[in-house]
Amino acid sequence: MSAEFEILAIAVVTAVAAALPGTYLVLRRTAMVSDAISHAILPGIVVAFFLTHDLNSPLLLLAAAATGVLTVVLIEALVRSRLVPEDASIGLVFPALFSIGVILISRGASGVHLDTDAVLLGELAFAPFHRLTVAGVDLGPAALWSMGAILAVNAVLILLAWKELKLATVDAGLAALLGFHPLVIHYGLMSMVSVTAVGAFDAVGSILVVALMIAPPATAYLLAERLGSMIGLAVAIAAAGAALGWAAALALDVSIAGSIATACGLVFAVAFLTAPERGLLAQVRRRSGQRLDFAVRLLLVHLLHHEGTPEAAEECRESGLHRHLGWRESWTRRVVAKARQRALVDRRGGLVLPTDAGRHLGDHAVIGFSD
Amino acid sequence: MQDRRFALEVEDLTVAYSDQPVLWDIDLTVPAGDKMAIVGPNGAGKSTLIKAAMGLVPSVAGEVRVFGRPFAKGRGEIAYVPQRSSLEWDFPTDVLDVVTMGTYGSLGWFRRPGAAERRRAQAALEVVAMEAFERRPIAQLSGGQQQRVLLARALVQEAPILMLDEPFQGVDAPTERAIAAVLDRLSDEGKTVIVVHHDLQTVPEYFDSVLLLNVRAIESGPVADVFTEDNLRLTFGGRVGVLAQLAAAETGG
Amino acid sequence: MELFGDYTLRVVALGSGVLGAAAGALGSFAYLRRQSLVGDALSHAALPGIALVFLLTGSKAPLPIMLGAALAGWTATLAVRLVVRRSRVPYDSALGMALAVFFGFGLVLLTAIQKRPDAAQAGLESFLFGQAASLLREDVVVMSLLGAACLVALAVLWKEFKLLSFDSEFGSSLGRPMRRLDGLFTLLLVVAVVIGLRTVGVVLMSAMVVAPAAAARQLTNRLATMVGLAAGIGAFSGVTGAVLSSVVPRLPTGPTIVLVLSTVVVLSLVAAPRRGLLWRWIRLGRLQPAAALDPVLMHLYALSQQHPGEPDHGHPLAVLRTMSPAGADLDRALADLEQRGLVHTVGDTLWAPTPIGRREAEKILDDSDEVSP
Repeated sequence: MSAEFEILAIAVVTAVAAALPGTYLVLRRTAMVSDAISHAILPGIVVAFFLTHDLNSPLLLLAAAATGVLTVVLIEALVRSRLVPEDASIGLVFPALFSIGVILISRGASGVHLDTDAVLLGELAFAPFHRLTVAGVDLGPAALWSMGAILAVNAVLILLAWKELKLATVDAGLAALLGFHPLVIHYGLMSMVSVTAVGAFDAVGSILVVALMIAPPATAYLLAERLGSMIGLAVAIAAAGAALGWAAALALDVSIAGSIATACGLVFAVAFLTAPERGLLAQVRRRSGQRLDFAVRLLLVHLLHHEGTPEAAEECRESGLHRHLGWRESWTRRVVAKARQRALVDRRGGLVLPTDAGRHLGDHAVIGFSD
Repeated sequence: MQDRRFALEVEDLTVAYSDQPVLWDIDLTVPAGDKMAIVGPNGAGKSTLIKAAMGLVPSVAGEVRVFGRPFAKGRGEIAYVPQRSSLEWDFPTDVLDVVTMGTYGSLGWFRRPGAAERRRAQAALEVVAMEAFERRPIAQLSGGQQQRVLLARALVQEAPILMLDEPFQGVDAPTERAIAAVLDRLSDEGKTVIVVHHDLQTVPEYFDSVLLLNVRAIESGPVADVFTEDNLRLTFGGRVGVLAQLAAAETGG
Repeated sequence: MELFGDYTLRVVALGSGVLGAAAGALGSFAYLRRQSLVGDALSHAALPGIALVFLLTGSKAPLPIMLGAALAGWTATLAVRLVVRRSRVPYDSALGMALAVFFGFGLVLLTAIQKRPDAAQAGLESFLFGQAASLLREDVVVMSLLGAACLVALAVLWKEFKLLSFDSEFGSSLGRPMRRLDGLFTLLLVVAVVIGLRTVGVVLMSAMVVAPAAAARQLTNRLATMVGLAAGIGAFSGVTGAVLSSVVPRLPTGPTIVLVLSTVVVLSLVAAPRRGLLWRWIRLGRLQPAAALDPVLMHLYALSQQHPGEPDHGHPLAVLRTMSPAGADLDRALADLEQRGLVHTVGDTLWAPTPIGRREAEKILDDSDEVSP
């Protein structure tokens, strides 16, 4: 396998591994925690690196993941104290931890291969240089193996705890009543996020981890109706985004990590605009069609409301309708024309009167929407 | 000449959230000096109605007049009391400061409230029996005290019309009595009071007239005429049950 | 040499102080409006703006760079607002996505710049972590002017921003254009963030927005005092951090400022009069027995209020558990309450307050002068 394709493989595996816990972060409205964790693991990485002098040591992974969980514990403790709201708690904890990491690096690790830029930005292009060799046999890039393992663990954990995760995401109170511990599930998920962020930082940097964790699941959220299909879509979108970003980076010779983040953002933008049900264009199209339809029903309800009352002669006079409904005159003419075309109203003696069909629709409109 | 007979006239008001109508073609006339409850089931659009009447949520169609003038010109004549729970109470300020916010409308853009404004605020606090709390941080108020503070803020506006969104929701009994007394007093002073209300049982006691609302205006008028079991059933569907009978019994219906 | 050092230090300290004051003051409002993380998103999102300006003009002059940063940040907030209003994607996801995607795009641009022969791009890297020592006089002049403009705008529209943060709906009912004020506030926040990028850097700028406000909030219950304190704390931390990092070798500015700030936050959380943890701990220590029991009784009382006329309607332990903090020893609390005759079991597994317990709960409600949850 050439270095380019090894990079692609690492990018795709990382993206998919991140999208799995990311889906739950998006649904649980804790997406910004991924930002906090991915920054705050830095001191854990640094301390473990000082001890082991090996960026690929399992101890490093553990220490960093523990720091990630510590981040969540600190945030929760601040929230629990009720002294600080949740968003501010996040914004207090991770810069502090990240600062400790940066200072540790610049005070202690100069000359050693660990610089903050790399942690923050990652350099996927270098990933193939770290090989996994067993008994002298080259098994491929180490990052591919570590991210592959993390992906497998994430997938297995999510499958095992499918029911519990789903319930705790939809309704934490009910989950507690049924005997699941939402806190256990919460910390389990956060540990998953931490491990994934740690595994990915080396290859793609902490900021891209955030993009990979949030953007593909958020895109899938626009398209999917069920949790299962949302995860499936998120995985597919993550892989596609990684491949797209990789190809663009190769073509333009720019940062691969940045290019993948941009690609994920573009994919989201496309879905946001063109998603069949929820897309902006669909909304606009539906709205322009519905606006007239809605106005016709509104007209009918208005007419019915005043039918048979003394003020009907005034309220239902065609020339005055636009005043009563607060519409522009031209729009009112269009609405009345549309209603006549659909045989919902008649014009008699300057009055607009509902037909039987119109009466039916008008009544139905109200019942259909009440409550 | 301005027509001051009707405090509020709502005509053909329709409000929709993403094309789902929440209020359909509401007509409502509130005579000046009236004390009116807006009653209806959850999701009937009660709060939306007063918010739309105040221009706080956009309406699809319809018109609102205040004392015969278009709403834009009459806005200053309405004081609004939002739902207590819609506010952030862990805010660094004290009772007097919140009540003084009621003077901001008359102060205009850049002027700061001074001694005169503070005196007005203190007077309003006395009306709701909260004068002893003027320096209390609002984070330390009970629910009932919060509600009184919001009422005082509206009193400071010295507007002829007051609109209150669920002022009796979740308050203690003394506060409920205090608020009811203030509303009575406002009504005696000739002010118009419009209240979104959830407790059917107290409608006849606290209010002169009532609007029964369930997406459409079911009926409105004096409590004795409108607050009947039939109308309540129309409004609440089958859900009225015991409450409707209670209410009907109380009005002698 | 001595003189030169002093001069640099003065410039750096002044710049950091201005930044701290502006970010602290505006951050207070962001904090109160639950927009603490907007600063984080804004600063990250500024990167492509910085890179683009440099790519187009080849200049590192402070004003164009800041303008580019501000435009990019502003665009990101607009994108977040559009996504939240027009889709089901929640606010925090939209924010995180804007942050990471804009930043990623900025990286792409930066790497494109690095390929250019004019290697003058090195200075751009300082935007990541800040490099106060590289601040020039003209930088600080621009920063001060912008910071002062922010503070003046805040002072002039004080009433309106207070309404916006506390009760925006009431503001609308007074006829104030609250949406436009919201937009203006975001603009001011963008400016404050952009001022700080050179000093603190993209990654840590969010702390300048959140931390002074969080510390100040613990120390006062008045908005004006809070904003003043936050500006002061921000300025103090900015100056202290900048001085420390220029005196001590290999101490980067941004992280140093953030650690000074974090220390202030921790101190205020622990030791703030009335609100602080220490205060609470002392008070709780004094009232230990009652405090440990009351929440459970109050919860049961609250639950029983939902069933008027059914004094013996019981509630399962699991419900109480969802209402209580994790790790609360409910079994013991209930056993104690039962011994004191305040609660009783209904059937085997359900709990309800006794009439005495009910009266006790009502008494506690009447006595308490603090908000009951």
